[in-house]
Amino acid sequence: MSDELLHEFLSESWENLTQLDTEIVELEKQPDDIERIASIFRTIHTIKGTCGFIGLDRLGAVAHSAENVLGRMRAGELGVDPSSVSLVLEAVDRIKELLVKIEETGAEPDLDSSDLIRKLDLLASIPDAFKGQESDQCEPTPSQVVGESTCASPTPQDSSDANPTTMPATDSDSAPPEVARASETAPIEASEESGTSPRKGVADLSIRVNVDVLDSLMNLVGELVLTRNQLLQLVRGDQESRYTTPIVHLNRVTTDLQEGVMKTRMQPIGNAWNKLPRLVRDLSNVTGKQIELEMSGAETELDRTVLDAIKDPLTHMVRNSADHGVEDPATRRANGKPELGTIQLSACHEGGHVVICIADDGGGINIEKVRNKALRQGLLDEATLSRMSDHETLQLIFRPGFSTAEQVSSVSGRGVGMDVVRTQIERIGGTVDLSSSPGAGTTIKIKIPLTLAIISALVVESGGESFAIPQLGVVELVRLAEEDRGRIEWIHDRPVFRLRDRLLPLVQLSEILELENRSLRDCEEVNIVVVQVGEEQFGLVVNEVFDTEEIVVKPVGRLLKELGVYQGTTILGDGRVIMILDVTGIASRFGGLSNGVEEADSADATDVRSGHESTTTSLLLFDPGDGSQMAVPLSLVARLEEVPSEAIERAGNQLVVQYRGDLLPLLAISGTGQAEGAEIQPVIVFTEGRNSMGLLVREIKDVLEESLVIRMQRGRPGIAGTAIVDGAATEVIDTRHFLLQAHPDWFASPEHEIDQRLVLLVDRSPFFRQLAVNSLPANDVHVTAVAGLEEGVELYSAGRRFDAVIVEIELSDADGVESLLRSASVEPYSTTPMLGLTRVLNDEVQRLAADAGVSRVMAKFDPDAVTTAIEQMCFESTRVQEAV
Amino acid sequence: MSGPTLSPPTAADAFATQYVSFWVGDQLLGVPVSVVQEVLNPQQIARAPLSRPEIAGLLNLRGQIVTAVDLRCRLDLPLKEDAESMNVVVRHRDESFSLLVDEVGDVIDVAGERMQPVPQTLDARWKNITRGVYRLEGRLFVSVNIQAVLSFGAVQAA
Repeated sequence: MSDELLHEFLSESWENLTQLDTEIVELEKQPDDIERIASIFRTIHTIKGTCGFIGLDRLGAVAHSAENVLGRMRAGELGVDPSSVSLVLEAVDRIKELLVKIEETGAEPDLDSSDLIRKLDLLASIPDAFKGQESDQCEPTPSQVVGESTCASPTPQDSSDANPTTMPATDSDSAPPEVARASETAPIEASEESGTSPRKGVADLSIRVNVDVLDSLMNLVGELVLTRNQLLQLVRGDQESRYTTPIVHLNRVTTDLQEGVMKTRMQPIGNAWNKLPRLVRDLSNVTGKQIELEMSGAETELDRTVLDAIKDPLTHMVRNSADHGVEDPATRRANGKPELGTIQLSACHEGGHVVICIADDGGGINIEKVRNKALRQGLLDEATLSRMSDHETLQLIFRPGFSTAEQVSSVSGRGVGMDVVRTQIERIGGTVDLSSSPGAGTTIKIKIPLTLAIISALVVESGGESFAIPQLGVVELVRLAEEDRGRIEWIHDRPVFRLRDRLLPLVQLSEILELENRSLRDCEEVNIVVVQVGEEQFGLVVNEVFDTEEIVVKPVGRLLKELGVYQGTTILGDGRVIMILDVTGIASRFGGLSNGVEEADSADATDVRSGHESTTTSLLLFDPGDGSQMAVPLSLVARLEEVPSEAIERAGNQLVVQYRGDLLPLLAISGTGQAEGAEIQPVIVFTEGRNSMGLLVREIKDVLEESLVIRMQRGRPGIAGTAIVDGAATEVIDTRHFLLQAHPDWFASPEHEIDQRLVLLVDRSPFFRQLAVNSLPANDVHVTAVAGLEEGVELYSAGRRFDAVIVEIELSDADGVESLLRSASVEPYSTTPMLGLTRVLNDEVQRLAADAGVSRVMAKFDPDAVTTAIEQMCFESTRVQEAV
Repeated sequence: MSGPTLSPPTAADAFATQYVSFWVGDQLLGVPVSVVQEVLNPQQIARAPLSRPEIAGLLNLRGQIVTAVDLRCRLDLPLKEDAESMNVVVRHRDESFSLLVDEVGDVIDVAGERMQPVPQTLDARWKNITRGVYRLEGRLFVSVNIQAVLSFGAVQAA
């Protein structure tokens, strides 16, 4: 037996067997699928036939017996049930085992399969007897079995001359549709029909090529493309050249060749999934769970190197989902879920990446458990953990040595795994993200770059360099002529663009990449590429947008990988090398897509850590209509709008404009506020609950971060005072004045207080401090959090003032009580309204609180109630101050 | 312009006797012939914004993308007026890099010569990338450690 022949047999058999795993599991689900039985039968038959041909007798014997069982199933004489399917699978496994040995040694191993063969034969001959006495050794002689078998296949030794006449009629009946249906089964068909060596059929339709050969082919094609381009350059402008026609032809052929060669490396991701149905089925049996694996997007193409790299991590994650994710039927029933758990596996192209999702509908991950485990294992300290969001905490699962499984099962849970998974994914430049909702399941999202994949990309120019942006991430292109420049507005030094109904943050590509940068304000024409990152969008400002091209993504070299803004490089048709931008990386480069509000949040979060607070306020500067400069705190502004002047109507003595299906009352600060003759009228919109009003201004100038110190008190109605902003005396408007003019009942309820309130929170739990700082600012309350009363006193002595103090009352802790009682006589706490929070609300706490001068005590952990209480307290304190 | 493609580097590099020599400033340097993939005339190099200054950019070598490292910059020498540099393309850990040098010299055979250790007084940047020094007739010849050239401080290649 020649080595080459053996090698061919092995590779062909492996391919067939992989297919087989999937098919057998499918068969179990639809036991009456005759076509599938026939297909499995043929696969086994092919292996058996080839074994006989090249003299692998032991392997042939196993295949033969398995074929007998399948033959009876196909004939409907034997039911398809789990036990028989398991036996067939066992036979398939044995065949694999033998193949492995043959691959290693080059010869058939001395492995005794007689027991398995006996079981298979028994099942084929007397199914009921097999069921009844599976363990008993009922002994029909092998020869009898073969004789009785309906599918009277030749003995292995004879199978080389297998020909259609020995095949049952049903086989040839079902064969023709199969040929047309699937190319995988076609060669096998062909071999059976022709009765010649099965190998020939495979060779006719596909060949195995070493990837290195493809790589070098691809490089050669690249070279050809360059030469082609040079030739094109030569004949360009010379219409008469007799070379023109052949060169145009060469051009076309080269392009086709390039595409063809590139496609040879692509494979559907389904190839990496083949083994998973079998895996899940086996797991279901072992764990006693009922799990269904749903797969979609198997046709998504990936470069084969990437495919190989994700095979193992995928298998591991699916195994994890089946073992830890999906609960056992009893638990599921108790939780009101169907007993059958589902694992969904999907793949798709998204934003220049391939995204693979593994979602189970199991119990989800217990975040508390993760936290405790991380603490117990000393991965992180409590303070760090308390600062982490649930989402961040979940990612701890990818830390080495982490497993939350209560019990180590035979399947998984040894704490090696998820970290390996992440390492493997990251090695190929991918990312793994895990999200989980208790009771509803866990979703793992893997994003892998299309290394070496062909993608469609937009070629743009910025700062004198060309770049490619993957088309999948591009939402739309916006080109602004000079006269439309006004649609770009500025918040502080960040440009934003009003695209239909939302504000799109703008980023100048040249600025991000530190290239020669022209200020956006000087550009005549602005090209905006609107890109999508996750749920968010932002606008990438580039100098010029060229064409969309199909490009081959080549990996970024080792020395450039760390930059994070490139997902690859590519060679353009003219031979130029350009970088492919990673829009996600760019987004993170400018600090994510945080808008003003989120920035304020993160600033607050820093406060907690540092204990200091930035005292600056974002001020919106505008020209009210008389050429002067006025300011309003940006936090009070809902939106900036531009309305066409002719849309402004007069209702009574009130200017209004139709706005979002409602009438927006408009007011001017001085004069009409309207820019005379201008077609576009800028409006600052204030909104509170259902009330809105617009302030007419001539021009929105800028947004500045300034510490707002009112130097002079109000001189006229509508002006809160004068402050120095950006070196110039600036009147700060009294928003209340205008709001009340538009809606006299604006401040009818206390929650409509719009000035920001400063609140001091004293609580020793870093977690609660974080919670409060993050949840309260939305209500115009600014929280400064400290751990102890003493620190609060320090803040006061440093000149800080607060409208209210929230203090933790913890009776179980002597120090806490003592310091609280002491606070009753400490200056700041005896004059500022205090709100007590406690875990246990009882009389003792109430009494203690009253002694310490705390005006109100509430139970902890009810953010809404706490917010309302703070607002009321602040409002009361305002009234007190105003009355004084 | 392109030399023969040579066999991949082996562990025997340390005992290489044949070196491709090149000039950077006034210094004659060299890398073992076995790691050199080819030598190219000045090439069009595409910048890679945000990369460290030593990385001149990327060039297209018959469809293969090669990272170009400017040896003048790497060795802290003033940049050349005319940006025309020769390319010594080397293979390192399955990736190709082009070393931008002023001029390419002959293949130098150092068989029979003894490699001298790196002089302690050498500037740190130079010391870091030097594997050893040969004394040839009338001049010194520095054997360059490719691995060190392609590792930038903290950026230790994984």
